[in-house]
Amino acid sequence: MRHLLSINDLSMTEAIEILDTATELSRLSEGAVKKFPTLRGRTVVNLFFEDSTRTRISFEAAAKRLSADVINFSAKGSSLSKGESLKDTALTLQAMGADAVVIRHGASGAPHQLARQQWMTGSVINAGDGTHEHPTQALLDAFTIRRHLAQGSGDLQGLRIGIVGDVLHSRVARSNVLLLQKLGAKVVLIAPPTLLPVGVEEWGAEVSYSLDSEIDNVNAIMMLRVQRERMDDLYFPSEREYSRNFGLNLERINAMKSDAIVMHPGPMNRGLEISADGADSPRSVIVEQVANGVSVRMAVLYLLLSGSKPELSSTLEVGV
Amino acid sequence: MSVVLNAGEIARALKRISHEILEKNHGSSEVLLLGIPTRGAFLSARIAREINEIENTSIPVGTLDITMYRDDLRMRPPRTLLPTEIPSCGIDDKHVVLIDDVFYSGRTIRAALDALNEIGRPRSVQLAVLIDRGHRELPIRADFVGKNIPTSKEESVRVHLSEIDNEDAVTIEGRGKE
Repeated sequence: MRHLLSINDLSMTEAIEILDTATELSRLSEGAVKKFPTLRGRTVVNLFFEDSTRTRISFEAAAKRLSADVINFSAKGSSLSKGESLKDTALTLQAMGADAVVIRHGASGAPHQLARQQWMTGSVINAGDGTHEHPTQALLDAFTIRRHLAQGSGDLQGLRIGIVGDVLHSRVARSNVLLLQKLGAKVVLIAPPTLLPVGVEEWGAEVSYSLDSEIDNVNAIMMLRVQRERMDDLYFPSEREYSRNFGLNLERINAMKSDAIVMHPGPMNRGLEISADGADSPRSVIVEQVANGVSVRMAVLYLLLSGSKPELSSTLEVGV
Repeated sequence: MSVVLNAGEIARALKRISHEILEKNHGSSEVLLLGIPTRGAFLSARIAREINEIENTSIPVGTLDITMYRDDLRMRPPRTLLPTEIPSCGIDDKHVVLIDDVFYSGRTIRAALDALNEIGRPRSVQLAVLIDRGHRELPIRADFVGKNIPTSKEESVRVHLSEIDNEDAVTIEGRGKE
């Protein structure tokens, strides 16, 4: 494994290896060891073309706990906002000796471009590209589900997970459907028809238009943020109606199975897809998801970066 | 392939090591065993059983994975992490006995010392190994040795333990003539 671009790149064994490694790292970080010397001298660049708080901070914390050097490169206030191409940015990062580039980009496929073009030798980690994928989020969600519902090991066989809301604009949903199914869980997507992408039936997940009919039949419910910044059109009549039909409130949480958990990738729109008391309920593992994110990203960085480093292919013209 | 230790000999070596640990530390108080996974962890559990029987006590025993501290991480594909379990009493001010199956270059133990450094400050660190095969690359020695086996670098020494290998035996493979 050299890059992490899509959940599709992972075999089930590799996915479980990441989760197992994260389990071990999180146990160590909770107890004895706060920092490992493992990636000393390696450089991780956070290349963020889109705003992000928790993903960037999470990757930064993960890299620092492994003793890597971290460079944050965000589009605002850098040459990226002056119109530098992705290629020139990549060549710059290569010249600076980046061992890994964590990239978030508004265009789906940008991380693939960066990895495939061989502009640089480092590993590329997709931290969210457009409406395509966000693999580390899916890994941390699977990690959280496994910890609560599968005694922290193995796969997710026999579990049924509901993913609710703005599936259309959600890279989190797509990565989660791929990963959860790979790990043996069943997924049901719950959303108004307008917020489901074309071709969703090919994802292999069940589809439902009613939250109330599924709420008592899932082991975990994952609420998606309504991505108003990506909505170029009217997708539902009003926020009140959306909230009434697809919002998670205390009443719905009480209808869930007794050990079912409530998840949200954040940032939340309190009062829209999840009510304030729902977000703060004892069933909610939303804050824990953030902590798990650091462990999972440490596992990904460790598995991608600790091995031997490949050479730049000789056919490549760099540093002209 | 030749067998250099059979099940009975392994059991006797571990029993002797257990006595030696008690002798050196004047009993088992303040002693803590840390096995290095995979096989060192099984050996430490066996030595703990012996010590508990001799002293009628319950000695703290744990495991210490050294993968994150290896100096050859960049030379190989990434390795899977193995469990680290530090007993709840911690390692501060204890006599920590590291336990591994085969003692070779000494690099594993160097990594273990680095790992211990992150966890606390033991009063002393000692090393028990089932097999010492020589070829040290670092100035590190063992305090308790099951058996010294002179080897050439081309040979490989394998410790089989019934917990995972269905039998107790130590074998040497790749020896020129048998």
